[in-house]
Amino acid sequence: MKSQGLMIALTFLFAIIIILDAFFAVDFISAASTEIQNWGTIIASIALALAAVNLIRVHSRRIMLRRGEWYNSVALLLIMFVQTAIGLFDTSTGDIYNFGFNNIMTPLGATMYALLAFWIASAAYRAFTARSIDSAILLVAATVVMLGNAPIGESIWSAFPGMKTWIMDVPNMAAQRGIMIGGGIGAIALGLRILMGIERGHLGGGGEE
Amino acid sequence: MKSGVMFQFFSLLIVAGAIIFFIQKARSGTTNQIRTIAGLEAIEEAVGRATEMGRMVHFSPGIAGLNGVTAAQTFAGLETLGMVSKLVARYGAKIFVSIRQPIVLPLAEEVVRQAYMAEGAIEAYDEDCVQYLSSQQFAYAAAVMGIIQREKAAANILLGGFWAESLMIAEAGFHAGAIQIAGSANITQVPFFVAACDYVLIGEELYAAGAIASGNPVKLGSIAGQDISKLYAMILLVIGVLAASAGSDFLYDLMIK
Repeated sequence: MKSQGLMIALTFLFAIIIILDAFFAVDFISAASTEIQNWGTIIASIALALAAVNLIRVHSRRIMLRRGEWYNSVALLLIMFVQTAIGLFDTSTGDIYNFGFNNIMTPLGATMYALLAFWIASAAYRAFTARSIDSAILLVAATVVMLGNAPIGESIWSAFPGMKTWIMDVPNMAAQRGIMIGGGIGAIALGLRILMGIERGHLGGGGEE
Repeated sequence: MKSGVMFQFFSLLIVAGAIIFFIQKARSGTTNQIRTIAGLEAIEEAVGRATEMGRMVHFSPGIAGLNGVTAAQTFAGLETLGMVSKLVARYGAKIFVSIRQPIVLPLAEEVVRQAYMAEGAIEAYDEDCVQYLSSQQFAYAAAVMGIIQREKAAANILLGGFWAESLMIAEAGFHAGAIQIAGSANITQVPFFVAACDYVLIGEELYAAGAIASGNPVKLGSIAGQDISKLYAMILLVIGVLAASAGSDFLYDLMIK
């Protein structure tokens, strides 16, 4: 619990420095804020090593125990070590290092992103059913917005684009801004609870009862 | 003071002042009635269902890190992870926490371990239950989808900052037959969660989840303070609308000072 107290005190001190730096142009506060954020970056880099250890531990155990689809773990560790070795010898800007990224990682990522269209269709098929008044409103609004966006909508009825613009700019925008304002205030409240040591879940629990 | 931030500074003081005032009031014994959130109440049901089915509970604190404006969502997810882990430890269920950001990994591990300790079930804690998957957004999404579908997760809890992967993970959970509870303050992703999940925590509900779930009167006091802050925002909105309708830009000019 003593270590928790120290972490809360440090969190409070660092947060106050960064908040003050956002509002006041004081040289030593600005320098301290930059230094703290640099340290944050360094700690995040160290955490990457912890993550690598976690991956190696989990997948090594999986291979040793021959758990289901263990050969995927072999592939993962093999590629991880090979890519790390290439990065050490060829640097992270080298052609060999980037070959894997440009020809494997990027296309795979783009493929996953493209699959999103099918997930949207699947989710929309379930959501756009008029089971209640709320879902009926959603169905009608979504249909109007889709027809307003698609060229065929204007061909069917010239008022669709205008209706779409109104739905997006008035009720949709109002709801979005309401959520954003509420979310912003909620984030400040959570931040204050953490700074005051009331919320300690991220430190492993405890706190005021 | 830097230029263009004076209004923000005083607004921050008003919002923070209201929240701290209600926290102090709660410390002196005032109790606040906060509405319940259906999604939070469903967590216990979801964990219970996972226990009965002998399947795992999947939890993700989102893909945001611990810096920038989205960090609060990760912290909110971690606060709720503690509650979920305690329920899992209490019922003897299994949990799998998927991590995208390396910096979040040690925090999540500690949260889950402490939850098992608090429930007196540290021997049941599996150190592989919190796992870093990938820093690449879609590699992470693919890994989570695979795990949910292979393990047939009974509950899929997604609380934190999510982007394009939100619907992919939620759809994987749906097809695995999981109870899905999701929450994010990223408004572009909320509609996806609404379409695919059983319960959704929208915006501020995500940040309040940990406090409401704890039932701690001091934490609930901060939620009451939030409501006063929202009143301040509403007053500004009404004044702004009236002033703009009357052709005056005084509030806009004040805000950019």
